[in-house]
Amino acid sequence: MVKQEGASSDVMRNNAIVVRDLRVRYGQREILHGINFEVPANETLVILGGSGSGKSTLLRTLVGLETPSSGEIWIRGKNFAGIPEPERDELRKKMGMSFQSGALFGSLTVGENVALPLREHTQLDESTIQIIVRLKLDQVGLSGFENFMPSQLSGGMKKRAAVARALAMDPEILFFDEPSAGLDPIIAAGLDELILRLKRAFKMTVLVVTHELASAFLIGDRMILVNKGYIVANGTPAELQASKDPRVRQFLDRVPEPEVAGEIDYLQMLTGESPPIRQ
Amino acid sequence: MPFTDSIGEATINGLAYVGDLARLTGGAVAANFTQPIWSKPLRWKRAVHQAMAVGVEALPIVSLIAFFIGVILALQGAYELRKLGALQLVAGLVALAVTRELGPLMTAVMVIGRSGSSFAAEIGTMKVNEELDALQTMALKPVHFLVAPKFLAMVLMMPCLTVWSDFMGVLGGGLFGVTNAGFTWGTYFHATIVALVLHDVLTGLIKSVMFGLVITAVGCQEGFSTGLGSEQVGRSTTSAVVKSIFAVIAVDLVFTALFYFAK
Repeated sequence: MVKQEGASSDVMRNNAIVVRDLRVRYGQREILHGINFEVPANETLVILGGSGSGKSTLLRTLVGLETPSSGEIWIRGKNFAGIPEPERDELRKKMGMSFQSGALFGSLTVGENVALPLREHTQLDESTIQIIVRLKLDQVGLSGFENFMPSQLSGGMKKRAAVARALAMDPEILFFDEPSAGLDPIIAAGLDELILRLKRAFKMTVLVVTHELASAFLIGDRMILVNKGYIVANGTPAELQASKDPRVRQFLDRVPEPEVAGEIDYLQMLTGESPPIRQ
Repeated sequence: MPFTDSIGEATINGLAYVGDLARLTGGAVAANFTQPIWSKPLRWKRAVHQAMAVGVEALPIVSLIAFFIGVILALQGAYELRKLGALQLVAGLVALAVTRELGPLMTAVMVIGRSGSSFAAEIGTMKVNEELDALQTMALKPVHFLVAPKFLAMVLMMPCLTVWSDFMGVLGGGLFGVTNAGFTWGTYFHATIVALVLHDVLTGLIKSVMFGLVITAVGCQEGFSTGLGSEQVGRSTTSAVVKSIFAVIAVDLVFTALFYFAK
């Protein structure tokens, strides 16, 4: 909290998200080894990385689903990881998250899913909530689907509905976990278009985790590449494209990894650490 | 690992599990009784919905099982009582056994099978589908949102189901009494009422409330501790049923002993 003072406080204020020396461990194994980056307000940051690179853990930590072992996450000028739970909940109301699977509540209709945060966190009357629900569903191209159950929707529609739910509270920051995973190219392009439109129309800060290169270059203002729990590149799409770093080139040029021989190698690949010696 | 170490580890794990159950129950009690006073409103709509599923929809099967148990008790009791020439005592035997023990216990077993397992499956599926994470990112607490209404529904419905189950058990005993032991329905019910004191019914009802708490806590806890992958949901459902039955019988033992010695 001391870092809020002085020169660094400007950085905290001028950026929607500032991450400083973030470390996350699962048990004894460290997954993220000191992550640093900033996301300026109204910009889209794409977090790139292969499977097991730690990018999903990074996103989960940013939205408060994992607890960092050390480091700071400044969101809208507050250290998200260090404030008490009620304050963190207040901050969460200004953040929207769209999960990879959509994570719509299966027992509620699409409309009720979108209405849920409004019913829980606001004193709005039912007719206003219904208007907002229709508006949000309209924004994601799902007008008229209020009374459908999530199980009746296709994969792409589920993700759109999840975006509508994430938008319900008019968040300032939107997080997307693999928005185009498991979708055909046309539907995936539609979702990219939606993200761009939301950013332009509502001046939102958007943070997208993906491994889809085409989509990343289309929507990202800035990009970071995560590899084995480290950030190996941070820059604009053009800067990444011009990078000569072998790890960046390997990812962008789609060079396959050498075969993983066994469990120990796999763990080493995931964590970038030497495996513990077995007793 | 030495034997003593494994005993120690099992004890610590067991105590940690009981601690988890207590934390869950405490959270639900706070959400149901203290928080509505100054902050978050009670989720009575969801609780009513749960109460319908837990209580009202269980009535047919609970009735049938309790009725059968009543008949079985009467048959088994009569087998011995007939030798003593005391067949008329069958009404009292059924009444006491049903209200003090088998009514609450069999109801709990039925509720475990119907609701305890479904709590674990529901919460486990939500965990696998990232729905619990979604709740958290929306600043909603799973305990407040999911668990509290289940506790409220169970605590209210278990005694109701148990009273009904007691009645059906007595009815089952009555069927034997009327057809084979020279009772009329009137004399059978009279004999039942004479044999029972309020204490018998109350101890059964107190136990049923405790069973309700235990079943909900174990069902929800198993749901929350579901691992990743859909096959884990099946595992936690099975585990919820097995652990609930064990926990209910353990609680039954404790309370029965308590009522016996505190008398």
